[in-house]
Amino acid sequence: MSFGSEPSKKALAQLTPVLTKRWLSPDAWKLSVYERLDGYTALRKALDVAPDDLIQLIKDSGLRGRGGAGFPTGMKWGFIPQNDGKDHYLVVNADEGEPGTCKDLPLMMSDPHSLVEGIIIGSYAIRANYAVIYVRGEAVHAARRLRSAVREAYARGYLGRNILGSKFSLNLVVHSGAGAYICGEETALLDSLEGYRGQPRLRPPFPATHGLYAGPTVVNNVETICSVPYIVLGGAAWWKTMGTEKSPGPKIYSISGRVNNPGQYECSLGTTLRELIDLAGGMQDSHRLKFWTPGGSSTPMLTDEHLDVPLDFEAMMAAGTMLGTTAVQVFSNADDVVYATYRWIEFYHHESCGKCTPCREGTYWMSHTLRRILSGAGTPADLDTLLDNSDNLLGRSFCALGDGAASPVQSSIKYFKQDYLDYISGRKRPYFTAGELVGAHR
Amino acid sequence: MTVTFTDETRARAREIMARYPAGRERSALLPMLHLVQGQQGYVSPEGMAFCADMLGLTRAQVAAVATFYTMYKRRPTGNWLVSVCTNTMCGVLGGDRAFAALTELLGVGHDETTGDGTITLEHAECLAACDYAPVMTVNYEFFDRIDAERAVEVVSQLRAGERPIPTRGPRLCTLKEVSAQLAGWADDRPGAVGEGLPGEPTVAGNRLAERYGVSVPGFDPTTPIGRRDDKGQGPGNTIPATIKPPASDGKPAGDRPPAAKEAP
Repeated sequence: MSFGSEPSKKALAQLTPVLTKRWLSPDAWKLSVYERLDGYTALRKALDVAPDDLIQLIKDSGLRGRGGAGFPTGMKWGFIPQNDGKDHYLVVNADEGEPGTCKDLPLMMSDPHSLVEGIIIGSYAIRANYAVIYVRGEAVHAARRLRSAVREAYARGYLGRNILGSKFSLNLVVHSGAGAYICGEETALLDSLEGYRGQPRLRPPFPATHGLYAGPTVVNNVETICSVPYIVLGGAAWWKTMGTEKSPGPKIYSISGRVNNPGQYECSLGTTLRELIDLAGGMQDSHRLKFWTPGGSSTPMLTDEHLDVPLDFEAMMAAGTMLGTTAVQVFSNADDVVYATYRWIEFYHHESCGKCTPCREGTYWMSHTLRRILSGAGTPADLDTLLDNSDNLLGRSFCALGDGAASPVQSSIKYFKQDYLDYISGRKRPYFTAGELVGAHR
Repeated sequence: MTVTFTDETRARAREIMARYPAGRERSALLPMLHLVQGQQGYVSPEGMAFCADMLGLTRAQVAAVATFYTMYKRRPTGNWLVSVCTNTMCGVLGGDRAFAALTELLGVGHDETTGDGTITLEHAECLAACDYAPVMTVNYEFFDRIDAERAVEVVSQLRAGERPIPTRGPRLCTLKEVSAQLAGWADDRPGAVGEGLPGEPTVAGNRLAERYGVSVPGFDPTTPIGRRDDKGQGPGNTIPATIKPPASDGKPAGDRPPAAKEAP
């Protein structure tokens, strides 16, 4: 790693190494090392208080879901009906696959026990005796560490019957997926986990009452659950010293693309792109920021006008986009925004589960229209067609995958219409000439 | 049923089913499909019939699931599944060129296997390693920051019968061995779980924090947990006014374990 330019004091002050802190410690994935670094102390503390007190603690902390939607975690836990005589479930969504997103896999690689500990605490709070980590199939490397961690935790009495003499019992299963982006959608994940095609369910009813096996279920993102032990130890007020009033806490920002030091930067929620680029060693030589995603390809792209907008839930919403997974993909003047959009739409087309018509057909037709434009055969009416397609996707598809597919199209036309017109008018040489496209699904 | 699926396979399948709550054995279907793929290198009609038989499903029900997920291969695969990410970020940074180079080298396209049956090539969607872009994987282990030359080098080594070392992650194992892990079994190769250090992008933020002495002040693990009835006004909801928002307090980030306490 080159430190090239010195980051400004202001940018450095945004760093909040909390969840990522153990990543520098050698072998922190081992139980013995994790325990030496305060591991499982939060669990002992949590088991000493009533489950409802823990739910209140998470509510007080203002923790919001880290998987993209930002739903208040304590409220989600509070929705689980109590004393209903049913089995409750905690399911961790570790199906990381949103383009640009790369925070949960390193977290599970370097610190798998923090996830296990968070799961035990969360399960105790919502009175679940069965929990599952649904880990993306391709993430064999993370699953390997998770399985090792779970095995160690059972052997040490942190999982299984009567955990640490508390009379609380929990079984935890690591379940590998099989390659389907849609399974990151929580109800599709549940269907997949039940052994079906991963297709989203109609809501309501919500997973809180009818989730896994139609029982009360909390589905949380990896980073959300990993935050729990720190809140249990440090308290809600300490947690709120980081981030903004409505988006408290630290957040792992993943910067990729045309910066000198791409990587994971855990910062206070509300850090700006300017500060993140500063931390990442600045833009690469001869690259000027052109467009970027605040949280994966499903969040509408922004431009160099948005360098100083805080990356938190509210400010991103106000800027017409979403915080998403804080997967900040940085593209420069060397990158073709029309091709980028096309490639994302190919992705959504491939990953659309086919359950609902707007998404199945819309992603198909948008990819064809974009391909036509890139082949130099587009017409000005193609832009209207694309926007019309997007309108029929956004808010009209069964789940957020369709909304996500509309994002790059709408935002790229909004900010970079001229780039499209350059292809359409022939001012720019067609991207596809030989009629062949690397990576296209035919 | 063919001889491929022995009593041992059946025992393993039952072991998978036992992980899920009683009456919810269908949850075992995805891992069981990984299991049969591990036996044959792909999900064959017999493999699907085996799953149907074990779980009391129809073959059509199993086929509906098996065809939905990209990791289940419908045709025999090679020992080495080479996946090049060509999603937007990896693609523009060189993944597209790497995929084209491999297509030329191997003479096969997406989801095709070389004539000698050793290598299956595919382009992959985002592999969640954009900070290492462009990436490719061999049997799902990462080769980071590749270019066309490096991709050709890795695949040439595979063809020569060598096992190139992934950038972060353990020694390569065959696709069949990986499938067993996907079905839920631990990697029992000695030391494999610990192999592979995180790359610099993973710890980039930590390195800065360490270098400039940034940590989060005010963390007291003995902070009491309030009662629900306190409604957010109990202990732990107030901290001394002396605690400022996070900034440098001169302490390094990262917990260095005491030297020589444990062999790495």
